Amino acid sequence: MAEAAIPSQDGAAEETARALDHATGALIAAQRAKVVAALARHFRDVDLAEEAYQDAALRAVKNWPQQGNPRDPAAWLIMVGRNAIIDRLRKQKRFAEYARDNPVEENADDQETLLAEEIDLSGLRDDVLRLMFMCCHEELAVPDQLALALKVIAGFPVDKIARGLMIKPKAMEQRITRAKKKAAAVANRLDTPMLQERAQRLDAVSTMVYLLFNEGYSAGGGDLHIRTELCEEAIRLARLLLEMFPAQPEVMGLLALCLLQHSRWRARMDEDGGLIPLADQDRSKWDAEAIAEGRVLLEKALMRGRPGIYQIQAAIAATHCNAASDASTDWREIANLYGALYALQPTPIVALNRAVAVAKTEGEKSALDLIEPLAAQLDNYLYFHSTRASMLAAVGRKGEARAAYDRALGLEPTTAERAHIEGKIARLGK
Amino acid sequence: MYYAILIYGVEGVFDRLPDSEKQAFMKKHGDLQTELGENGKLGPVIRLIGRSGAMTVRKQGESIVVTDGPFAETKESLLGLYTVEADTIEEAIEHAKKLPQGFGSLEIRPVGWAGGNAVDMSDG
Repeated sequence: MAEAAIPSQDGAAEETARALDHATGALIAAQRAKVVAALARHFRDVDLAEEAYQDAALRAVKNWPQQGNPRDPAAWLIMVGRNAIIDRLRKQKRFAEYARDNPVEENADDQETLLAEEIDLSGLRDDVLRLMFMCCHEELAVPDQLALALKVIAGFPVDKIARGLMIKPKAMEQRITRAKKKAAAVANRLDTPMLQERAQRLDAVSTMVYLLFNEGYSAGGGDLHIRTELCEEAIRLARLLLEMFPAQPEVMGLLALCLLQHSRWRARMDEDGGLIPLADQDRSKWDAEAIAEGRVLLEKALMRGRPGIYQIQAAIAATHCNAASDASTDWREIANLYGALYALQPTPIVALNRAVAVAKTEGEKSALDLIEPLAAQLDNYLYFHSTRASMLAAVGRKGEARAAYDRALGLEPTTAERAHIEGKIARLGK
Repeated sequence: MYYAILIYGVEGVFDRLPDSEKQAFMKKHGDLQTELGENGKLGPVIRLIGRSGAMTVRKQGESIVVTDGPFAETKESLLGLYTVEADTIEEAIEHAKKLPQGFGSLEIRPVGWAGGNAVDMSDG
């Protein structure tokens, strides 16, 4: 016997089959972005591309466990999806229109090989970039950009997107439909980009991935499980971008940043879903493998000598991850990194974070000097007031500290944040 | 005699399994490591980080050139490996069959020599 069958003792056959189906499903899902991107370019129609992917995925679920996984799963899905749509267009008598623009290979012996050559990396990367860029079209509000990316690129169901972004499912559906229509009109005009355009698209898409990650990462309340999934999806998108643009240090930095931040997720939530501050986290719960990968990516990026906002933020996250305890954190390095970040991104939030690091190295008095000028710009920012309050308390200005905490309480803190702030006020004493 | 079980698969697939399947997957690895460990037949086990972190060193002309990559593709790549002590290759194959299937392929290769700090297999 040339091939030994998978052993199936003790009714394990069913379990093996189920595990195999899951493995196939995961392998298919991992190709989705590339397949939809290639087909969207081919048919110049995102809806059609999504349908074609669904068709192809259904066939793959049936075929792959029987026949073994194809050499190039993405190429297989693109070919089968394309053929399924061509069949459908034929039936709808819309084929003549399609064939005019796309010469069809009817009798290719090995269509998979043919297609594998056709979807070489250089073509595919612009397809993927085009699809992602379509999702972050500047006329779309940020939540709509994220919703569209989750729907089209990641294949999230609408109700899950709605829960993730905390928007009602019915409204979410309408918003996605509208966003898709608006974005598709633009996408169809997007040709293969020139070098400069490609860089601009990459910037816009990187920003979207970063915002998606923050949507999951920031303490906005809502379903914890879904928010973790948003972070994981952002990491996948960053991986996809890096796979397509492997020489871009900022894309390495973006992936490193997401991995390093997300490495702490098990340690940063308490049982009620409240956020545990970095200083109080159980560091043994940090994900060592994610930290290792993030660190390597950052090292590789920095070797290229072209730092940017993602690399610097990743370096800040890595400095935290390097510390065995909060007390051993290299705050001087972090203050310097925030200084470097401020030079590229002079926002009051960056200045505030730098001041927090300065408080640790030079004391709260110096830090207060740095943050007082930010008061006007950050008056509606809860973290500004709570940070300022703790600095004021540290230098003995208790009355002002209490007023600042009160101001923070007036800015809609989550339940956990409220409890945290009220605890601080209680500790101020009279 | 030591054998290497080289695990090939597509990156990013395990990551997309439902939690229950992830646990079932990890249990198979855990069970094999426990079994081999108890019998004193387990050599080093290695899981590689994805190729996003890979670099390549190659001599080109007179200089040694360091480049990024090789990069992840949609195709299979080396994800990790086991080293196991076994009397025959059939025995090594039996061990490989206990690992999760359907993610790619498992290549079984005899080990010619191995050393280092983790485990000394050189007199296997």
